[in-house]
Order: sequence, then C-alpha cells, then structure tokens
Amino acid sequence: MSTTAIKTEGISKRYRIGASEGYRTFRETLTDAVKAPFKRLAGLGHPVPENETVWALNDVSFEVKKGEVLGIIGRNGAGKSTLLKILSRITRPTRGRVELRGRVGSLLEVGTGFHPELTGHENIYLYGAVLGMKSWEISRKFKEIVEFSEIGRFMDTPVKRYSSGMYMRLAFSVAAHLEPEILLVDEVLAVGDAAFQKKCLGKVGAAAGEGRTVIFVSHNMGALETLCHRGILLEGGCKVFDGGIHEAVSKYLAKSLETDKSPLENCRRRGAGKMRAVGFRLETPGGLPLEAAKSGEPAAFCFDFENRSCGPEERVSVSFSVQNEREFGLFHYYSHFSGVYFTDMPAKSTVRCLLPSLDLAPGNYFVQVCTKVAGETDDWPQVLLPLNVMGADFYGTGDPNLSTWGPMLVKGEWSLRRST
Amino acid sequence: MDSSEADITVIGPESGSVFVELKELLRYSELFYFLAKRDIKVRYKQTVLGGLWAIIQPAFAMIVFSVFFGRMAHMPSDGLPYPLFVYAGLLPWTYFAGALSSSGESLVVGSNLITKVYFPRLIAPAAAALAGLLDLFVASFLLAAMMLWYGIYPGPAAFLLPLLAALLFFCALGAGLWLAALNVQYRDIRYVIPFLIQLWLFSSPVIYPASIIPEGYRFLLELNPMTGIIKAFRLCLLGGTPDWVSLLVSAAVTFALLISGAWYFRRMERTFADVI
Ligand SMILES: Nc1ncnc2c1ncn2[C@@H]1O[C@H](COP(=O)(O)OP(=O)(O)O)[C@@H](O)[C@H]1O
Repeated sequence: MSTTAIKTEGISKRYRIGASEGYRTFRETLTDAVKAPFKRLAGLGHPVPENETVWALNDVSFEVKKGEVLGIIGRNGAGKSTLLKILSRITRPTRGRVELRGRVGSLLEVGTGFHPELTGHENIYLYGAVLGMKSWEISRKFKEIVEFSEIGRFMDTPVKRYSSGMYMRLAFSVAAHLEPEILLVDEVLAVGDAAFQKKCLGKVGAAAGEGRTVIFVSHNMGALETLCHRGILLEGGCKVFDGGIHEAVSKYLAKSLETDKSPLENCRRRGAGKMRAVGFRLETPGGLPLEAAKSGEPAAFCFDFENRSCGPEERVSVSFSVQNEREFGLFHYYSHFSGVYFTDMPAKSTVRCLLPSLDLAPGNYFVQVCTKVAGETDDWPQVLLPLNVMGADFYGTGDPNLSTWGPMLVKGEWSLRRST
Repeated sequence: MDSSEADITVIGPESGSVFVELKELLRYSELFYFLAKRDIKVRYKQTVLGGLWAIIQPAFAMIVFSVFFGRMAHMPSDGLPYPLFVYAGLLPWTYFAGALSSSGESLVVGSNLITKVYFPRLIAPAAAALAGLLDLFVASFLLAAMMLWYGIYPGPAAFLLPLLAALLFFCALGAGLWLAALNVQYRDIRYVIPFLIQLWLFSSPVIYPASIIPEGYRFLLELNPMTGIIKAFRLCLLGGTPDWVSLLVSAAVTFALLISGAWYFRRMERTFADVI
C-alpha cells in the first residue's frame, strides 16, 4: 500500500529584501509606532510594498509517497533551501499548506548545535537532542555512532581540538543514526572525505531501502541519479519539472547550458576589449551541444567572440581556466602555450578547444575566460561560468563512482616489479 | 511503527493553536534540558574558577555595597546586619539579571540553531533562564555561611523558597521573552539590556529596604515584580512573615509579564528564521 508521506499545496514564500535587510532599526519602528501605535510592534503593520519583496517559492505543489526518494534540483537561488526550511518547519510559508505524515528529521547543515567546549561524548547527546532524538535512543545507538565515526579514541576530547575532518565525521555519524520516517537532506553530504562520504550516501540509500521517505537537495548530479527515483526541478521559485530523476537532471543541465551564455554579455570586465567573449558552451567532439561533461570523456570548450576593433595582423591568444567551488585554481590554458595564435578575426567567431579527456572528478567547477591581443590582456570578464562534471566510467572498469578526494583524476599503468 | 494517524503535522502560514504548541513543548522537553545543561557545562568548563564565579560575583557586589551604602551612607537595613541584608537581596537579583540578559540574547546567540533546525523557539530563552538557577543554588552556600556567622536562622516561612525560586524564574523568563523576540527584530535591544538591568536594580529593594520609600510612592515600587520577590526572599531566609499582599501583587505582575511575553514571542516566532 502506498500512502502519502508529504503533501504540499500551493506553498509560496515571500521574503523581505531591500533597504532594511531583515531586521529593522529601532528608530524606524519608533517613528512608525508614533504613527500607528502597537500595530508595528505586533507585526500587524502595513503591507510591505511589492518591490521590496522576493518570492523565494511560488505556488509549489507536489506529493511524495511513503518510501519514495525525491531529488530537488535547481540553480542557486531557485528556492531549494527555502522549500526544505518550510518542510522542516524552520520557517512558515506565506501561503499554502503542507501535510507531513510521520516523524521528520532534517539535515540542513551538519553539526548545528555542536559546542566546541564540550567533549565528543557530550556533543553526541546534545546534537542528537538538537536533531530531535530522545536520549534513550541516543544511549541505545551510542556505540554504533562512535564506531561509525571511527574516532572512538577522541570521545573525551573537547571538540575544539578536533580537526575539521573529525568534527564532520562525528557530526555525520550522529546524523546518520537519525531514524525518522521522513528525512530531509540538504547539500550536506558534499563535505568530508570521499570514503566517508560514500559511507554516508550509503546510509541515506539504506534509509530509503527501509521504507523511509527522503527528500534530497544536491548539486551532485551523480549522487542524485544514484539515490533518487524522482526529481523536481525548481526555477525562480516555481516547479518547472516533476518526473523521473534522469529526465530532471538532463533538463537541468540543458537549462544551465542555455542560460550560461548571458552572464558573459553583461558583467564587469577588464582589458581594452578589442575582442569580446560573449558566449560559452561545451560541445561533443562532433560539434553537438554537450549536455553534461563527464569525467574522462572528451569535451570541447567553445567561446563565442565578437571582434570590435582588433586588426587582422594582431595575434590573439584565448585562454580558459578552471577552478573548484572553493576558488582553488586547477589550471589555466592559453592557446599560445601550445603555440597557437589566431589572426584575422571575423566579426563573429567561435574559438574551440577540444580536451580529449576531461580529467576532473565529478563536482561543480567554474570556468573563466581571458583573451590576450598582441601580448596584452584584452578581455577578462569577471564572471565564473559554472561547469558541472558528472561521474563516468573514467578507468574503463565499468564503475562510474569516482573518488572526489581531490578535483583531478589521473590514470596510468600499474605494475609490480619483483625484486627477487 | 509509530507512524500512527496522530503523527500528522500540518504546516500553514499561521501558528498552530496554543494546545498544539504546548504538546510540542512537551515533546521537546529533552532538548530544553540538554540546552540548559550545555549552558551550565560550558560556563563551568570555560573558566578557571568555574562554579566559584557564581559566588564571587554577588560576594564582591555585597562587599562594595556594604562599604559604600552600609558603612559610609548608613543605609537602613530593617534591623539586620547590612552585609547579610544586601546579600540576601543580591542572590535573587544576580540570578534575575543574569537570566534576563542570557535569555534576551538567546535567540541571537543561537541564530545558527534557529535557522537550521526546528524546535519550539520558546525553549531557547527558557533554557537560558533555567541554567542560571544552578548559580543561584551555589551562591546560596555563602548565604548559609553568613547566616551561621551572624547567628541568624531562617523562620518557618523558608519552605516557601522553592516557590519563590519558581516565581523568580518565571519573572526573568517573562521579561526575557519580550527582550528575546524584540532582539531578533531590533538589534538595538542588545544595548538596551544592560541599561535596563541597571535601572531595574535601582528600582528594586536590593541595596535599600522598601521601607525607606515614602508611603505615597511605595505602590510604584510594588508594581515592580522583583520587589515582592526580593522582600519575600529576605523574610523567608532571615526570619519574619512574608508580606502576602506584596507577594501576590508580584505574582500577578509576573504572570502578566509571562503571558504577554509568550503572546508577543509567539506572534513574532514565525519570522525569526527569516530575519535573524
Ligand atoms: N532570509 C532571507 N531573507 C531574504 N531573502 C531570502 C532569505 N532566504 C532566502 N532568500 C532569497 O530567496 C531566494 C531563494 O533562496 P534559496 O531557497 O536559498 O535558494 P537555493 O537553496 O535554491 O539556492 C533567493 O533569491 C534568496 O536571496
């Protein structure tokens, strides 16, 4: 029997933005209070003007059956976190209604409520309580939690002396033993080392296997595709797609290709600007649009250019660089490194660089483009173009689950030379 | 499994009924207890002298007040030795001041908790106010020592002390709820709190006995809920019968403060996570 676990009906959420960013100054209120005593203080004030607000969610309805694993996909600002916050009762919707059947556990951040002065042992109980566990429940699972974390020796050390990795492990271990009927997970699994991450993803997967309902928000398309059956795509606070996870992911990736052209056209830039990069996209070697870059598969980086005032004799070198989400630069590649200069640029052109194998671990990266004309930096748009890389069969072993320990992947020939 | 029909949560734009909220509070009583325990542990661990601070603070205030008001200004003290008189007042006062400021700050200090997990928000200021009770208990050992020293023993009214402590807690919580909720909306409250506590100290009979206020104005003093509580504390500990009228007025004002505070807190609660 499949019963409904979560039902949302037209939920919308409006946030105040603008001049008075969130909390207001006392003076502002005092002057208002003189005009309309008590009303403001009690939050009954005049309606906020529409232009000072943003609808973070707009009329979103869906139903989730018991035991279903739902992925929520969308770009930054699409309203994913807001949706989870409403479902986990951290904030209330401005309109609409949600019905939840069963105990809800939410992990919007791992380690919320951890106190650095307290020991690992004490923090397990505190964090457990914060996540809504009962203390008998924590006591019962205490051994398991400690074992899962693999840092049993440090249980009596204050958490402030932990490395960030240990901190995460402990927090995750507690969180992983939360056994609600409905589990809401935000991006959190994106941190920690790869092996432990896998262990945690496994735990989420197991939760699903045991008939728990899971809603999972992530930018990690690989994890979404392995864990979820169904995906909802959010865009600007609206639900634009609801269906199979694979279709949702490819819709999302296709959308992010479409929309990533424009940021290059209106952004701050440095340089004289004789040439101008106006578009970026990925292509397959055959020149078809590449919806998703995959680890170890070929990818052509294509940049559309406009020639504004570059003479036919001037030598143009185009570069692109890739950095990870922590803005750590991975590489920067100018065409002239390979001895390639472009001359006689037409009014509109596309510069293409085919990488035979994209040796990046699955994850989110950013691309920057920069152009030199006659040795001078000529166009350097100050914008990070997103690049999502999905896991693929990099090593040719049939296993698409790749290490995300670091951003780069290598492969080579292994051998054993016996010394006797 | 416990996924009974009773376990349905409905989330809408409006706050649930008071009844539902009370049930939620009960359900999260463990978190309440853990948060209070955390506050206590952290306070006692972080400092070298730990629990001794609970005594040092009021003891030091007692010495200063005894020198300036007792010795130099010859403040009357209802026939009691001034140090004992002032310390018996400082005990509830120190708790009140500490609980008021920590519960007033509780939401802002715990903003990370507020924006990332759900729990009935009322728990945060309540746990902060509860944690201070241990300090009150610790500090009362010095009072006991002083009573032995002066040879003054509590009367039969001492059995009222737990009730008084509860009243004190509710009084601090009532005012703390107002401040905590206002603090989320208006950060100026942070600066208002110390100032408010100072003013409140001088309008409570801690340093001086209520009897030095002229008859005609005494009712103003009585409107301050701390007046009745402090007076009763002294009388219970140092002998005599409590002034029932004064205590009842204090209790009434305390509950008015608590109920209005809870009302305002509940009104503002749903915006906490958005504006904090
Ligand atoms: N507390 C807040 N106050 C004002 N605006 C907010 C607040 N939280 C989120 N927003 C706005 O709501 C929109 C959706 O945000 P969010 O749900 O965080 O998106 P996502 O999780 O998909 O990145 C954004 O435009 C964001 O600026």
